[in-house]
Parts: sequence; structure tokens; C-alpha cells
Amino acid sequence: MPYLSYLRAINRALGDEMERDPAVFLMGEDVREALTNTTIGLLKRFGPERIIETPLSEQGFTDFATGAALAGLRPIVEYQIPFLLLLVFEQIANQANKVSLMSGGQARVPVTYLLPAAGWRPAWGAQHSDQPYPMFGHFGVKTVLPATPVDAYGLLVTAIRDDDPVVVFAPIAAHKVQENVVFADLAPVPLGVGRVHREGADVTVVAVGHCVHDALAVAQDMAEEISVEVFDPRTLYPFDWDGLAASLEKTGRLVVMDDSNRFCGLAAEVLATAAEEMRLVAPPRRVTRPDSAVLGCVPELDLPLQPDRGQLAVAIKEVLKGAR
Amino acid sequence: MMDEQAGAAEQAGAAGQPESLQEDLYRTIALIRRFEERSIELVRSGDIVSGIHPCIGQEAVAAGIGAALRRDDVMMANHRGHGHLLAKGTDPGRLFAEMMGRATGIAHGRGGSFHPSDLSVNVYGSTGTVGHGAPMAAGVAWALARSGTDRIAISIFGDGAVNQGALLESFNLASLWQVPAVFVCENNLYATTLPVQDAVAGSITGRAEAFGIPAASHDGMDPEVVLEATAGAVARARSGGGPSFLEFKTYRYEGHHTFELTAGLHYRDPEEVAQWRSRDPLELAGSRIPADRRKQIDEEVEIVIDTASRFALDSPRLDPAEGLDYLYSSGLRLRSGVSGG
Repeated sequence: MPYLSYLRAINRALGDEMERDPAVFLMGEDVREALTNTTIGLLKRFGPERIIETPLSEQGFTDFATGAALAGLRPIVEYQIPFLLLLVFEQIANQANKVSLMSGGQARVPVTYLLPAAGWRPAWGAQHSDQPYPMFGHFGVKTVLPATPVDAYGLLVTAIRDDDPVVVFAPIAAHKVQENVVFADLAPVPLGVGRVHREGADVTVVAVGHCVHDALAVAQDMAEEISVEVFDPRTLYPFDWDGLAASLEKTGRLVVMDDSNRFCGLAAEVLATAAEEMRLVAPPRRVTRPDSAVLGCVPELDLPLQPDRGQLAVAIKEVLKGAR
Repeated sequence: MMDEQAGAAEQAGAAGQPESLQEDLYRTIALIRRFEERSIELVRSGDIVSGIHPCIGQEAVAAGIGAALRRDDVMMANHRGHGHLLAKGTDPGRLFAEMMGRATGIAHGRGGSFHPSDLSVNVYGSTGTVGHGAPMAAGVAWALARSGTDRIAISIFGDGAVNQGALLESFNLASLWQVPAVFVCENNLYATTLPVQDAVAGSITGRAEAFGIPAASHDGMDPEVVLEATAGAVARARSGGGPSFLEFKTYRYEGHHTFELTAGLHYRDPEEVAQWRSRDPLELAGSRIPADRRKQIDEEVEIVIDTASRFALDSPRLDPAEGLDYLYSSGLRLRSGVSGG
């Protein structure tokens, strides 16, 4: 079976959807040269009318995409760097995502916002290392964070076909993941449906994005002593609460590993909801970035600020010790 | 020619002989004037809870633009947008209902006075984030051109918008890609309370010119001037000539928002207001048509406004259980704000 890498999966999803639907086009910076590797071959295949090179004008072209969507097209807008999503937060959360409501259902904005390089990379500085995904969920923007190439393909396809704005975060730390696949088996993955990567009986680890792979490694390492279930929501918003409840019904113990900042982060919402509405027999734990973490230019400083396998293993053991 | 155009004449149901262009423009101005005056009464009576941003004094701009557009052309309006929608052919009753938050509103009350849209006449939206309709209109125009039609998109914004980054970015994109868009600045001299001379360095038209977009400034109190200028820009866009920019100098007689009815602000000299009132577009357009026709149109407009406001007032109120409707095109439902609810 051929290997599919994470970025190739994104590239394949873009190509397949552009092939399937002439209304789909992509715009962004340096997309002709495929700087992020997502658009390799697409300019040649679909031409400059559908692979639109933009100036550094993110607020303008994000609103522009909203207009194109209102006129019946299905834009995909690519951003190279996480903070650009802060620059266009107004355009996504306050403009595009409110069109359906403000028009009383008359209009729709099927735009996909693609961030192929979410998160930290060594020494790229304080303005290139954020994980702003919880903000979008807070404002009700559909948000996905695929962990694997197959899910990256399937969730991106679904995002493009969805009639609402969807933000797709592709964590840098997951880019190295490859999977054996049969290309013909690649299929859309529905929004709001999580995936149990590993079944277990003692504790549920909710992990998103590249953290899924850390959680799987830790689960394997601890397999002889603890049975860890790894639950990947895949879509952050809307969240698969039913899937989480089913897992906790079985395990009753919860750890969340989330690469966003602690305060009002994704893990905070998962813990709150689980505490209110689901079966928990011990206090839950979070492994996240610190409050308002800012990662900078020195790996020795930055790495300890990001959730890692050692922290997760400790949290799992603590949850196993704890009891209500 | 006229029968291809969406105008208030069509909407008002004028019977009998075809109206002259001047009568059509007058009817639109009168309709907007009376709509806004009635709206202010409905704000005072508490039926329009939001208050409104009245466009009284600026009606000639909307009327001229409306007459220059086809129904299938796309408009992005703004927070002071009632006149734009009416000139594009929106049903006044459904617009009143929208502003009152009634079930029969164009957007079932979800757009309100601030963010009205009416896809049936191709008004795609009215953004309250000042200036952000311009990049959306550029995107609409680009998509329309791609689809091979000769439809165009127009964005209408105020002088307060011309310092917004997203708007200036849209000029660059629109010119770079030669999209069939018309950008219209209704310069009413004030951004809320801020006089334009305290806000705009350089000139308003100079902003568009800097991006290679042809730009001109015109009298916004004369609907025929507005019509002629807009028709030229529309023709240019329709024929593949790219975007244009028009500044119309106009004035709002009322406050920025009806909160000024009680706010007691003093940023404008009453003499200045009086001076602009002396160039009232309603009187100017009215002076150009026979007195008997003007009287007849006034009577017809009155009936339209009475019927429309009655329709809205008689319409059912919204069901609080439907507060989360329409948030998503896909029908996604959200969790309640109460645990376990």
C-alpha cells in the first residue's frame, strides 16, 4: 500500500475537490510556488484562475472570499502563519460566520480557512508559534484539527463541502505522520464525530492534533499497567460530546492533552462539560500550554511550555490515584 | 431601458402611464424620506427597539444608484442602509418588519435595522464593521465576472470607512484583478461625531486614485447627478473596464443614530444643518416634475408607507424558542447556556 503523508493528504483533498466542483478555488500567499507544500501541482492542473496568488492583504482577501462565497463559489483561503488568523478573526468570526444568521438563512458562506502550519516550530519567534484554535470554537466557528493524513483528507473534503465557514488547523508537529492507505478508500469524515484511536478501560485521554500521537505513544508505554483509551474529537467545534460521554461511561477518568493555552482553552471546556454532565469517578486533569503561553526563539525555554509525553504520563497516573 | 431597472416605481405599484425618469427618482426619494420619518416615529413608540441610523437628507444618493442598477446587480449596503435597500426594490413592509423584529421580516428579524440584506433584490448584506462591505463587494464582483455574466457589484460606505485598512486593501485587490465593482462613498461629512476634515488626510478620491482606480467627486444631493455618475461607473464595470470610485457629497439631517434624539450632542452647527436642508433632494427632485404628479406620487407613497408599517405592526412576534435558528446553513444546533439544558 502506498504511504500518504499529512501534507500530501491535504494536497490530494484540495485537488480532488477542485476536480469535483468547479466552484472550488484556492487563494493565499505564495500558493503558486506551493510554499507550504499544500498546493504542489495545483497551479499547473487548474491554472491561475483557481489558484489565486494574493498580496499580503489578509483582511482584504478574507472578506473578498466571503464575497465570492456569497456569489456562489467555494473559496479555500490559506494562511501561512497562525497569527494571521488573529488578524482576520473579525473577518471570519464577525463577518463570514454571522452571514447565515444576519440574513435569516437567505445567504451562506461556504469558505474553508486552511492553516497548514499550526503551532510551534523551533525558534520562529513569539509571533509564529500560537495555537489559536479555541478562539474559533468560542465564537461558534466550525473548527477541525486532524491528527492523521486520512483524517486530514477527510475533514478537509468535508470542510470544503460544508455550507458554513470552517477553519482547518493542520499542526506542524503532525506533518511527519504517514499512513499506509488505499487511495480509493479515502473518504469524507463528518464534522463533529470523534474517533477512538485506541480502546481502553481505565482512563480516557482526549487528545487533539499532534497530541493524539503523543497520547498513543504514552498509552503504549503504559499498556502493561494501565489501559488507556485515546479519544480524538477531530472536530473541536462542534465537539463530539456523545463520543466523549460514551468513553467516560466506560472509564470514568479523564485527562485532556491540548496544545492550546490553558485559560479558556479547549481542555477547559472539555473538563467543565465532563464534570457537569458525564461520569467521572476521579478529578480530571489537563496537560496544556501554560496560561497565555508565548513561545519564542529558544527551544530550551519553549519546549517545556508545550504539553509532552512525560507530563501526560504523570497526569494519567494521578487521575488513576484520585477518587471522588 | 427603464423596465430592466429595479426602482421604487416598480415597487410602489404605480399604475397607469409610465413614469418619467424624474418622476421615478422623486418617487424613490419620497419613499425613502417617508420610510425614515415613519421609522423614527416607530423608534419613539418603542416598536423599533434598536433605534436606527436615519438617512434623511441622503436619499438622492440611494435613488440615483438604484436607478443606475439592474435588479440582478449586487449591492453591499451598510448600517445606514434602509434607503439603499428600498432603492434596490426591497419591500417596505418586510423591511419595517425586519426592523421591528417580526417573523415576516426579510431575515426573520436577524438582520434588523443595522444588518439588513435582501437576496431577492440582490442586496447581499449590510455590515456594521465600517468599510468591510467593500472587500466583500470586490469578491462578489470577481466571482460574477468569472461566471461570465455582465452583472456588477456595488459597495456603499460612508466617509468614516475610507480610513479602514480592509477597505483600502480591497481597492488594491479590485484594481489588481480589474473586478467589475463600483465603490461609492457617501460623504456626509461626519463619522458619528467626527468631522471629515479631522479624520481624512489627503483626499477621499485620492485613496482610490492611488490604486489606479478612476475616481470622481459629485454632488450627492441631486439624484440626476448621482444617476449619471453611477451609470457611467456601472457601464464601465459591465463592459470589463474594471472598478470605479465615486464620492457623493451629501448630508444627514438627523443624528448619526436616533440615540441623538436624547443624547444632546453638539458637534454640528445648526446653521450648517439649515444650509444643507436648503438643498433638500426631495425639494430638488420635486421641483422637476409637474405639481399634480408630485401630489399624486406623495399620496401613493403615503399609502405604501401606511400599508407597509401596518403590515409590520400586525405581523407576529418572534418565538424566543427560535433564538438559535439560522446560525448555521447546515442546520447545526448549539448547546443551551444552562448545564444539562
